[in-house]
Amino acid sequence: MPVAKSPPSFRRLFDDIGTVDAVGIEERVAKYGTRSVKKGAKVFGLQLAVTMVDLTTLEGKDTPGKVASLCQKALRPHDVGEIPPTAAVCVYPAMVRHAAKHVKGTAVRIASVATAFPSGQAPLKTRLAEVRAAVADGADEIDMVINRGAFLSGEFGLMQDEIAAVVEASGAATLKVILETSELETYDNIRAASFLAMRVIRPNDFIKTSTGKTSANATLGNNQVMLEAIRDHFLETGVPIAMKPAGGIRTAKQALTFLIAVKETLGDEWLNNGRYRFGASALLNDLVRQLEKERTGAYQAPWNFSEASEGY
Amino acid sequence: MIMARASNKTNPARELVFGDLWEYDAAPETADPKLKKRYDLFINGQFVAPKKGKYFATINPGNEVKIADIALGDAADVDAACKAAQKAFTTVWGPMPGKERGKYLYRIARLLQDHAREFAVAETMDGGKPIKESRDFDIPMAAAHFFYHAGWADKLEYLAPGRQVAPYGVVGQVIPWNFPLLMLAWKIAPALAAGNCVVLKPAETTSLTALKFGEICQEAGLPPGVVNIVSGAGETGAAVINHPLTSKVAFTGSTEVGKLIMRSLAGTEKKMTLELGGKAANIVFEDAPLDQAVEGIINGIFFNQGHVCCAGSRLLVQESVAGEVLARLKRRLATLRVGDPLDKNTDIGAINSKEQLLKITELVKGGVAEGAEMHQSECRLPAKGFYFRPTLFAKVSMSHRIAREEIFGPVLSILTFRTLEEAVEKANNTPYGLSAGVWTDKGSKILKMSTLLKAGVVWANTYNKFDPASPFGGYKESGFGREGGKQGLMDYCKVG
Repeated sequence: MPVAKSPPSFRRLFDDIGTVDAVGIEERVAKYGTRSVKKGAKVFGLQLAVTMVDLTTLEGKDTPGKVASLCQKALRPHDVGEIPPTAAVCVYPAMVRHAAKHVKGTAVRIASVATAFPSGQAPLKTRLAEVRAAVADGADEIDMVINRGAFLSGEFGLMQDEIAAVVEASGAATLKVILETSELETYDNIRAASFLAMRVIRPNDFIKTSTGKTSANATLGNNQVMLEAIRDHFLETGVPIAMKPAGGIRTAKQALTFLIAVKETLGDEWLNNGRYRFGASALLNDLVRQLEKERTGAYQAPWNFSEASEGY
Repeated sequence: MIMARASNKTNPARELVFGDLWEYDAAPETADPKLKKRYDLFINGQFVAPKKGKYFATINPGNEVKIADIALGDAADVDAACKAAQKAFTTVWGPMPGKERGKYLYRIARLLQDHAREFAVAETMDGGKPIKESRDFDIPMAAAHFFYHAGWADKLEYLAPGRQVAPYGVVGQVIPWNFPLLMLAWKIAPALAAGNCVVLKPAETTSLTALKFGEICQEAGLPPGVVNIVSGAGETGAAVINHPLTSKVAFTGSTEVGKLIMRSLAGTEKKMTLELGGKAANIVFEDAPLDQAVEGIINGIFFNQGHVCCAGSRLLVQESVAGEVLARLKRRLATLRVGDPLDKNTDIGAINSKEQLLKITELVKGGVAEGAEMHQSECRLPAKGFYFRPTLFAKVSMSHRIAREEIFGPVLSILTFRTLEEAVEKANNTPYGLSAGVWTDKGSKILKMSTLLKAGVVWANTYNKFDPASPFGGYKESGFGREGGKQGLMDYCKVG
């Protein structure tokens, strides 16, 4: 292991980007939940959220058939009403070519988790090959994981070099850099990792909270830390970075609260699916359910919504 | 529709846009405040008309519409209230065992919770504060004070171990308009827990929830005379303070009136506690987590439209981060929502009265005239009602009037400092000493500052945090005596 330089890398980075007070940030995000979004504002928010969903299936048991029905759901989330398609479908690299048959040439993009998702514990060569394969099969977007081990041991250069290599390998595809916030543990670390990633990715590439494969996923708190990092980076460099919370956002109410955080932290220019996404599966049905409730004035029975996320 | 794909254009101005792309629809709180057209005085457990038959109107500062007529009590009414309190003290409340008194306090606390929504709406209509504050802070905190003191009622012997504690008898209390029900709770809960009976005069512009509290006392079956509420103006308050039966008086309000009270009580045997004005310093060091500090600064000065005696109205920022903090404050100001206090999304409501609005306007004009750099939020204000834009003043120096006088409105004065010593000196260079805030990542700096700052409360990396168990009160011209906690309760007891 390399000998830490003096002053240590974390200390140097925090002197540069500043720290986060955990109590304060949680107090801040608690206020988003007290916003009351009604009537037209609610419909707008719900529709916006639908257009931001990366409809996801990341299971060992995924099949071409499962991916096909996922794509249909993404293209047309509900059989009645005017519900827009989702932003993308998100699948494993092996499923990209199956998804391509259904959504290529439509508004729905194909996102693929590459780089030995979710652990990232494979040789860099293997990870890059996976990225290239996914792009060759038709992926429009690549969701990569950072090397948490390198980050936590203070080897920021290594972590950034790997991200830069993936940027190169992904070519024209949009990149989403997964920080895996639950493994970074502190808000300070989430801010630090956000900055390290943002400094090597391109305008409108994403930083993303989590894989959805660990115990804790997107929370309003880590979403806020990342939004504030994006804001500071944008004001300093002029480079806009997009954001994707993933995992754990299951209800329309939660999604609206996350969007309120975006509205009040980054403003109107981030309220579109080029700058903000939800990595989710069950969320879409709740958004549709709420939109149908607004349209018809009553909640519809669950069997109207192809309820189980397994059975689109 | 909303499908804009990743637009690769960057904003050359590098500013964020807080526009109207997604405007919230009106979300008014619709709970019924259950108000009467006319409110009488609450004396001896009954609502009674004032002896002279005079009433005055209370209006909604959010839209200037009259809400109800409020009884104008005079010295004769105060006399009746004090006699009722004295009788209740000698016959019922004084002799009652502590654990029985505690039951009444618990009952009041629970009833406040039961009626929380109704009280929140009434408080917001009468005082202008945003409904989310009355709903999430004022009313729950008022109930919390009754719960806390209910627990003390049968444990008074542990208040000062080895010594005897006894109630004073009749306590006269005069409260301000910024937290009408909460200040009532701060005053009445410890007084009753200690075994005193109470004559309370609410502020002229905000009597509604105090008189509605009379209904709670009735519902709780509180013995007649234990709590008496006499609404009215300054003279009514003076009558309460000066009445020969009130052996202890407690006042929260302006330093000016506090001084008058001290003068009028000089030479009497009355015990007194005063909680007066403030001009708190909120001190931000360069190593502070800036976004959370900005949040705390906003909360410190704009909470309740700045009508807070402990408001962090003087921001002291270390020079190296002053520009950055100001830029972040301006950005945050753009997302604050000013408007109808009853709307659930309103962050800043109406100024309590026309008088107060004029006072704020005058002080702000003075600030501009003295050369401070003003920045105001560009939000739209409602056409009717008393509103004032959230205001920041940069480049303020210690000699400016806006850095010395209590504005009691949504106006922040920003000063800078270079070293810790300079921060302490500037913070303490005020006649007041109620509260202060310190923002830094370094724990040892917090401890050092908290011993050097002459303020009753010092918050570290937070602001405006309250708890019934935590004593609150001031140094110097911010008054004396404490409210809350063991120390606050002691101020309602004779310790022998």
